[in-house]
Amino acid sequence: MLKKIINKIIEGFIKTSGWVSSIIVLLIIIFLFKEATGLFTKSPLEEGYVLVVNKKNPIDKLSPDQLKNVFDRDSTSWKTLGGMNAPIEIFTVEDISTFYNDSMIGANMENLPWCINDHIAKTENVISYFPEKYLPKNFEGKIMHLDNVSVYQFLKNKIWLPSARPVAQVGALPLIISTLLVSLVAILIALPIGLAAAIYLAEVADSRIRTFLKPVIELLAGIPSVVYGFFGLVIIVPFIQKIFSLPVGETGLTGSIILAIMALPTIITVAEDALRTVPKAMKEASLALGATHWQTIYKVMIPYASSGITAAAILGIGRAVGETMVALMVTGNANNFTFSLLKPIRTIPATIAAELGEASYGGMHFKALFALGCILFLITLVINVYVEYLSGKKTK
Amino acid sequence: MKKILSLGLIATSMVVAFAQTAGIKVKGSDTVLPLSQKEAEVYMKEHKGASITVIGGGSGVGIAALIDGSTDIAMSSRSLKMDEKMKLKDAGKDIKEVEVALDALSIIVNPSNPVKQLTREQLEGIYTGKITNWKEVGGADLAIVAYSRESSSGTYEFIKDHVLQKKNFGTSILNMPATGAIVQSVAQTKGAIGYIGLAYMEKTVKAINVSFDGGKTFIKPSVATAKNKTYPITRPLFYFYDKKIENQVAPLVNFVLSKEGQKLVADVGYIAIK
Repeated sequence: MLKKIINKIIEGFIKTSGWVSSIIVLLIIIFLFKEATGLFTKSPLEEGYVLVVNKKNPIDKLSPDQLKNVFDRDSTSWKTLGGMNAPIEIFTVEDISTFYNDSMIGANMENLPWCINDHIAKTENVISYFPEKYLPKNFEGKIMHLDNVSVYQFLKNKIWLPSARPVAQVGALPLIISTLLVSLVAILIALPIGLAAAIYLAEVADSRIRTFLKPVIELLAGIPSVVYGFFGLVIIVPFIQKIFSLPVGETGLTGSIILAIMALPTIITVAEDALRTVPKAMKEASLALGATHWQTIYKVMIPYASSGITAAAILGIGRAVGETMVALMVTGNANNFTFSLLKPIRTIPATIAAELGEASYGGMHFKALFALGCILFLITLVINVYVEYLSGKKTK
Repeated sequence: MKKILSLGLIATSMVVAFAQTAGIKVKGSDTVLPLSQKEAEVYMKEHKGASITVIGGGSGVGIAALIDGSTDIAMSSRSLKMDEKMKLKDAGKDIKEVEVALDALSIIVNPSNPVKQLTREQLEGIYTGKITNWKEVGGADLAIVAYSRESSSGTYEFIKDHVLQKKNFGTSILNMPATGAIVQSVAQTKGAIGYIGLAYMEKTVKAINVSFDGGKTFIKPSVATAKNKTYPITRPLFYFYDKKIENQVAPLVNFVLSKEGQKLVADVGYIAIK
């Protein structure tokens, strides 16, 4: 009787654990997407600020790109933006004392809104952004409204400067390309080595060597990634720099090499399992027909286990795509838009890890990082679904 | 089952016990973190029964915690942003800002680099990506590799505001997650330039004298030049707290500002404000 009750309790406990963990995962995903969609419903202008020009200025709209150029002083004339033939004058609130003396501004800056209004109304070629609270009641300038960032722009734009002022630049394309590139190259390095090791373990090595090697390889998976990262920074970075005589050793390739080492245990373990599932009868039939051991391996066993080996490779990519610490430490984290492996690049996980801590909660930057998280989630989701599909095919 | 129950009980009691003993909670900037830890350690040693919890995470994390009330003091290496001010106001908080220490940032290069001094304009050119070779600033024919801290760190904001005059960093700048990584990279990269807190200065890298008056006077970064404010790249480190709980946090804040507290500031490697 008591046993039955205990059994029931354990059964219930297991059931609820399953449900609770599924629900938690679901909630995390909902949270992730909810925060991320906020990016596309917000103006990219820094919160609490207004962007204004003179009333006579014919330009109604500027893109975030154009605004960045204006405030970086790369665009210096309104003409290049399709406006009047006059230089662009940037006015910030800190400059107010060069135009108005202290008595005009007031002891407690109570006349500041008036001064701002006056200056903007008087200066035809001005552009300015200042806190909304300084906006005078009957403002005589033109307030510029910015379009919200669209999903397409987010995926297409090439500049990632989410803390840029006054307008955040959230272009995820270089990050997405870097992430995929680094992972892909990592897998190109890791797959031949991993496959060879798996064949060796499954077919060639005798059981004594295998019982020694297997735990050693699995140990690789247990080393904290920060240790790999530091190893990369101190050993691989100077090495790459010397070999290719580069100005800097923190490159995509450096990241790929270390990620390859990190993906090895996954690849070896899964590929070895796949090779072991080859039926004995098949192997023996091949040997009986006069094929050598090697011929049997690459003509019979590898084709039979191919879906398992592909799964190994894809799981390895999945491991590399999401790896944070190593990418953060050895890839240089520069916002380069490049397909070159010998330049510093920046991956999605590294960006999230490095920036989330200091971004202001709920702000544009914060939401942009969550949107990056969504992209990463979708990439790994596709990878996992594909692996499921492959292993489903195998059982048929 | 019994085991699970008792484990649960222990866990809850621990949580409860922890919640009760937590006195002042300090959270935020990783730059200010070592300082606050040291201050808290000494303070608790001197005041038996006082309890201070210090947590890092970044300036933004600390200020977010201040907004939602999960910390008493927010540490920050930058001043409040406009949207943070608005959120604090919405949360009904009247914030007091206290400067607890100064941090001078040294511009560092590889020791093999012959360049000894740079003007602000040259630094701006390097970090916005307009100057790409050392020969343009009086050095050897060598590509410049510029290292920066992450865009979200207070250090980055400070350099952007004061050295780049609010212009954006170039896209080829390498962003490093930590100051230690910058020192390591600059030490092993010939054409490198980076910026670090004075406290992190090591023999493996060389500090550059900087000029903010167009090349008239070049100032060497040091505790003395930072203290007398002649060294231009010096920034304050802040504590923020709600004026309503001033009574509760004042003992700690006063301790940090006291002679003894400021001596600890120097021990940790920052510059005392007094």
